[in-house]
Amino acid sequence: MKIYTFYPGCSLEVSNRPYLLSVNEIFNALGAQLKELPDWNCCGATLYMGMDEINAVYMSTRNMAIAEKDNYDILNACSACFLTLKKAKDYLLNDSELMQKVNSLLKEEDLKFTGRLKIRHVLEVIYNDFKDKIPALVKRKLNGLKVACYYGCQVVRPKTDFDDPEFPNKMDELVNMLGAASVFFTYKAKCCGGMLMTTSEDVCLKMVKDILSSAQNAGAEVIVTVCPLCQMNLEAYQDTVNKKYKTKFKIPILYFTQLMGYALGIDKDKLGINQNFINADKVLIK
Amino acid sequence: MNLELSRKILEESKKIPAGEKINECIQCGTCSASCPVATAMENTPRKIIAMLRADRIDEVLQSNTVWFCASCYSCTVRCPAGIKFTDFMYQLKRIGVKYRIRPKNKNGLKLAQCFCDTVRKYGRDFEPELLIRYNLRTNIFNFFKIIPLGLKLFLTKRMPVFPPKVKGIKNIRKSLEKIK
Ligand code: SF4
Ligand code: SF4
Repeated sequence: MKIYTFYPGCSLEVSNRPYLLSVNEIFNALGAQLKELPDWNCCGATLYMGMDEINAVYMSTRNMAIAEKDNYDILNACSACFLTLKKAKDYLLNDSELMQKVNSLLKEEDLKFTGRLKIRHVLEVIYNDFKDKIPALVKRKLNGLKVACYYGCQVVRPKTDFDDPEFPNKMDELVNMLGAASVFFTYKAKCCGGMLMTTSEDVCLKMVKDILSSAQNAGAEVIVTVCPLCQMNLEAYQDTVNKKYKTKFKIPILYFTQLMGYALGIDKDKLGINQNFINADKVLIK
Repeated sequence: MNLELSRKILEESKKIPAGEKINECIQCGTCSASCPVATAMENTPRKIIAMLRADRIDEVLQSNTVWFCASCYSCTVRCPAGIKFTDFMYQLKRIGVKYRIRPKNKNGLKLAQCFCDTVRKYGRDFEPELLIRYNLRTNIFNFFKIIPLGLKLFLTKRMPVFPPKVKGIKNIRKSLEKIK
């Protein structure tokens, strides 16, 4: 059985709980085990990086060091956590002085970071480790549901070996394997604005509006994503976009894992689909 | 700002992995054209580099620019000179913090400060407290604007009520202190 050390990150704990539920459900269905990283802390995210570099690196590294007590790849669901951990790892492996410094701090907790574990993202793991198993597991027909796969930024940029940084396609491939029909839209990897929704809403609403328009114009009935921040911006602020731009968007925004779980025959409630803001029943049950 | 200090800060800003690469910028403007927030920035990415070359780093940091960067990495991916401009933006944010050169619009900076305070306290983010801290420090009336979203989250059982607990929090705090 494949085993992963799962690092959920702060946003999945509560406000993006549907993502957490659906990730757990599908890995269970794929016959893999997720072991939650014990006593994990915030990775520092993009915000800590803007304040203090070494502090930010320490925060990420503590998590990786705890994971090194085991031997499993570190699985991230949040794209920001994924990139933050990867960056910290890169950073330390290229700076032995800093590595020593951080390790001397980690020693207090009997931890040590060597950088031997892989930092991976849910999307990449599903694609690379389980793709071949998927067709046999599909139980519900999605009947060619038109899906816009929205990647956002940090799962593919600045660089991965996994997919193209500007026009990625792996989520599209998976969605098609599930029996849906992915649509091409030019904003599939454009930025949703992230935290700008809090600090300068006007700027961010425009970014969200452009993504929604692009997907809708391509004929999408639903948008799927693999990042908690993207999901929140696209779903929770659709009303605000509509008010500001006199648009009429009402596009369900599912986590990719929710759509996949649904296709694999998992109960909707278990996938947290009923906890999303925009009802997806209309498009799922056709 | 006097020239000496400005040069010193500029040199320091290049002290990140591959930071010297910024010298190889050919001013093509690809970064600015790729940046989804360039229109909201007072100074676009390409212009920032031009301003640094003209010893105007203080103006860059005082303008509403670096805290608008959303870390989307579009500029980094496309730069023909291989400059990791996103990393450089982070560095400019930190330099501004360190030398207390603040932008006019401080929202981004304040959110980051509140975030770090919250994370240092609990070891993890606690969203309700983060937003309370942030709105208290920016515009308390904005708090009313986010109530509908808070309500929706509450109704869908996605609103955290109790702060997170990390067992190693004492060590985390101690380590963060020590690094300073
Ligand atoms: S894309 Fe690169 S070379 Fe071109 S202006 Fe921007 S930083 Fe300079
Ligand atoms: S990383 Fe920042 S500066 Fe670069 S394109 Fe994105 S928002 Fe603009």
